[in-house]
Amino acid sequence: MLAWTIYISFLGAALLMFLPGENPRPAKVAALLAALAGLACAAKGAIECHLHAGAGALTDVANANWIPELGIRYHLAADGISLVLVLLTGIAAVAGVLFSWNVENRSREFFALYLALIGGVYGVFLSVDLFLLFVFYEVAIIPKYFLIVIWGSTRREYGAMKLALYSFVGSAMVLVGLIAAYVMAGARTFDLAALAKVHFAPAFQNWAFIVVFVGFAILAGLWPFHTWAPTGHVAAPTAASMLLAGVVMKLGAYGALRVAMTLFPVGLHTWQNTIAVLAVVGIVYGALVALVQQDFKFVIGYSSVSHMGFVLLGLMTLTQIGLSGAVLQMFSHGIIAGLLFAVVGRMVYDRTHTRDLAVLQPKNLNQVLPFAAVTFVVGGAASMGLPGFSGFIAELQVLVGAWQTFPVFAVMAAVGILAGVAYTLRVLLKAFFAEGQVEAREPLHCPRISLPERAGALLLLGTTLLIGLCPQLLLDFITPSLNSPLMQPLWKAGTR
Amino acid sequence: MESIIQYLWLIPTAPLLAAGAGALLPRRRRRLSAGLAIGAISISFLLSCAAFWATLHSGRATSNFRWFDFGTTSVQMGWVLDPLGAIMAVMVALVSLLIFIYSLGYMAKDENFTRFFCFLALFAAAMLGLVIANSLLLFFMCWELVGLASYLLIGFWFQKPSAAAAAKKAFIVTRIGDLGFLVGMLWLYAKAGTHLFYDHGQGCLEPAAAGGLVASTAIALLIFCGAVGKSGQIPLHVWLPDAMEGPTPVSALIHAATMVAAGVFLIARVYPLMTPGALQVVTWVGALTAVFAASIAVAQSDIKRILAYSTVSQLGYMMMGLGAGGVAVGMFHLTTHAFFKALLFLGAGSVIHGCHEEQDIRKMGGLRLRLPVTFATYAVGMMALSGVPLFFSGFWSKDAILDALHHWRGSQVPFYLGLLGAFLTAFYMTRQVCRVFLGKPMTVEAEHAHESPPVMTVPLLILAALAVMVGFFGTPAWPWFQAYLDGGSAGFDLSKLMNEHQLPVMLLSTALVAAGIVWSGWIYGRASARPAREADPLEVAQPALFACVQKKFYVDEFYDATVVRLTTAFARFCDWLDRVVLGGLVRAVCWLALALARLDRNVDKSVVNEGFDIGTEAVRGAGQWVSRLQNGQVQRYLRVIGLAFCGLLILLLWGCA
Repeated sequence: MLAWTIYISFLGAALLMFLPGENPRPAKVAALLAALAGLACAAKGAIECHLHAGAGALTDVANANWIPELGIRYHLAADGISLVLVLLTGIAAVAGVLFSWNVENRSREFFALYLALIGGVYGVFLSVDLFLLFVFYEVAIIPKYFLIVIWGSTRREYGAMKLALYSFVGSAMVLVGLIAAYVMAGARTFDLAALAKVHFAPAFQNWAFIVVFVGFAILAGLWPFHTWAPTGHVAAPTAASMLLAGVVMKLGAYGALRVAMTLFPVGLHTWQNTIAVLAVVGIVYGALVALVQQDFKFVIGYSSVSHMGFVLLGLMTLTQIGLSGAVLQMFSHGIIAGLLFAVVGRMVYDRTHTRDLAVLQPKNLNQVLPFAAVTFVVGGAASMGLPGFSGFIAELQVLVGAWQTFPVFAVMAAVGILAGVAYTLRVLLKAFFAEGQVEAREPLHCPRISLPERAGALLLLGTTLLIGLCPQLLLDFITPSLNSPLMQPLWKAGTR
Repeated sequence: MESIIQYLWLIPTAPLLAAGAGALLPRRRRRLSAGLAIGAISISFLLSCAAFWATLHSGRATSNFRWFDFGTTSVQMGWVLDPLGAIMAVMVALVSLLIFIYSLGYMAKDENFTRFFCFLALFAAAMLGLVIANSLLLFFMCWELVGLASYLLIGFWFQKPSAAAAAKKAFIVTRIGDLGFLVGMLWLYAKAGTHLFYDHGQGCLEPAAAGGLVASTAIALLIFCGAVGKSGQIPLHVWLPDAMEGPTPVSALIHAATMVAAGVFLIARVYPLMTPGALQVVTWVGALTAVFAASIAVAQSDIKRILAYSTVSQLGYMMMGLGAGGVAVGMFHLTTHAFFKALLFLGAGSVIHGCHEEQDIRKMGGLRLRLPVTFATYAVGMMALSGVPLFFSGFWSKDAILDALHHWRGSQVPFYLGLLGAFLTAFYMTRQVCRVFLGKPMTVEAEHAHESPPVMTVPLLILAALAVMVGFFGTPAWPWFQAYLDGGSAGFDLSKLMNEHQLPVMLLSTALVAAGIVWSGWIYGRASARPAREADPLEVAQPALFACVQKKFYVDEFYDATVVRLTTAFARFCDWLDRVVLGGLVRAVCWLALALARLDRNVDKSVVNEGFDIGTEAVRGAGQWVSRLQNGQVQRYLRVIGLAFCGLLILLLWGCA
């Protein structure tokens, strides 16, 4: 069932390419149906896996020979961690289509590329053959580039090129590491479970880990390799920035956990402190930079860097609760960042054609677009980690984990949360509630918030609230997977 | 007891549901929204009373449940019913109910009436949740939600730039304290392995906790940071006076009676964690805050700001009470203060309402005739706050604190600071009453002021009655309150009032209060006959000092110049780093790659390509030259063959030789 998430997305993309006519409506409807079908498959697959496997081990979805000469297989499987991210992808995909309902320019191509990107992302989360994973990883990069360069805004060529180059540098590093592991293991296989059993020499692990980890973590916004993220987010059209922050950054974090950390536990141990420092720097630094931005979208872009820092910090704690928090934060940030980008890009920018906070300030948007204002207030509350929303429970778990491993970093990360409150409130007041200069109001006539926008916002808000109140729903997937045989080397290295 | 604990969760849930429903109501359903909120808080109040009744007979009951688990550990939550929580729940629910009703009148003309009641209900839900929480984590969650509700309500009139800025400031400043709270919570969890307060001997507050938690002063102080932020203690007091930008019922409910007292309640709740060292800090911080804020209140002219500084000062007293005297002393002052301060704020709201939104006390005067009910109740509140002896609750609770300070082992300085604060309190309250109610009207608005409708004055009367009566539950002669919190019973013994421990302190504080009232009355009673524009008599006497106090000792300016500016500068530095250094690095790598590409192209063009061209040209030239040999003349072929043959022959012969 889960494999169909990939097939439906690619089939939808192909179908859209052959759709006749320039009428955007059939394209939108088809894309929405494909995204919904993907989400349904993901949900059904998740429930099935949850009912049958239970223990959190990898459950095969598809397994066939692909390039037998090299031992490469078409092998898809899922465990709790990948299921959480597959669900996230499904939700983000649906929301993204809803927030792209106003794309009129070459909408067939837009949605075809969009679905191709989604398909690639599903593929990465479900692959356990590392070569296959790498292929899907590359597949996801191409549509991203075109989505930004054709439908983007501010400095789109620059942003798209920067993003593509960063991604390719990362994947080149990953490829080097993977081939090295393949050769060193000498087992003629790219299978994750098989490679995880191999004990690589410590000296090899030390360099292979950092190459593969950084290769993936570039896409997760690891400081100081994060600068693609803000410019890319700003340049991208709404749906693309939602996906970029929502799922693409998770590809990096997922790869770092699934490949680098699982295969090279000894190397992980060597580099643990260094990467934790970078993660903490990213948390505080991203939040501070967000504090002084003039472009609304840059604020959210840098906040993504800050929030992804929590994911990386959680991974580096090497504690159960820290890792569980990291995975939960991936999900949570995917939802919340998607929501905030939707407000900025779709609700505000598409109507006012500006993201400059100084220009937005006198427009008195809370009167003009009350729904957008309320959505941003609630989304902002979720983003700053208020209890009741998913971000709180995720960041709390990361902090508890971090406290066990490196207490000082936990305190500094908490300072990052404080800065997060500051930039959220600042941008909230500037963009919607006109702090100062009330007289300079100018009447603004723009279309009301449409039904698809409302539906998308409610979907995302409902999800973050649901997980915030019942984190058990996702923890039931995550916790058993952390104890699965695949993850055992990690704990052994951690306790050493 | 067992039955009520099962329904305890309804106390916060009822207003939460009302808030949720209110959020979905359209703007014009004003009555429904208000009705839902008031109905819900009434339910909470009745349940709280039932819970209170239950605690009269038995000790503590808890009900815990698993929130989520990971691996082998699980995070539990729950609620607890004990005297401390029950008395707080009754107080919060009752004050909330009265203020909700009052708001019906005060906010009647506001276009966002529906939203206002939604926020109020959200606040009440979070506050009541905090009161019954049996887990530090749940406490923290409600604590944050209380902060959110406070943010929304301070910024309720966000059209006023000052209100929007005050809301932001309040949220961020309290969050600074919460940072310490959060870290303390993490530390406590790492040490105790649980966040539950009481868990059949396993909770973090119970001495029999697994392994016996080594109570650490650092943890206690970190948690106290949260209380400092929320309860407006030095140095995080700056947000509370600004919070007066919110509607007056909000100031009364949140920024006087309940939320700001949550910090005091927090310390009372986790009292077993408080080490003697931590309690020393609590006492000192409280003492400094009490005097510092009281002195600022002397020089303010905004009726609500005076009350706000008074609140800060009184919260300092509560902290002193907790630090020097224990839970009962601090909580008693919290309870009495909640009623009389709510009364004063609502009275101030009635004055503001009557004077057409005028808040400057210099522009009032003579209101005693125009607002008789407000004046009478306000006078009761003023006397309760000042600590006028015997008949007013503030006297008894403040006296308990001063008595505890007098017998405190640490130092006698907080005791003297407390006495000084008592004098200042009497002074500024008398000043305010003289300016507002006595003398002659200063402006046309004050001349035409009108009494508020009964929906506003009836809550005032009820609160005035409470401000008098609550005090009798904690007199030295009948210390029912203290006994109730400690789980004992109190007997009536008039002689305790007269013994040599209590009486001197009581007489001293009475004398100081009398001095404050008389002196202030003497100065301002005469001054109130003069025009509003004229400087304050104190300003005439001490202009430099007065200006400094009026500017609140320049604490805001100091923070702006240091913390705010440093943070902004550092943020700009990071931004610069990102744009210039990291961006530059990326661009440099790009340029390097491009330069390399250009170099490649040139090498390609000049060396590889050119070389290839030269090579092929040479081959072609050579071929051309060689092809000339094949010209079809048989004679030349034969000649060549012959020459070659000769050459070979010579070579062979030479070789043989």
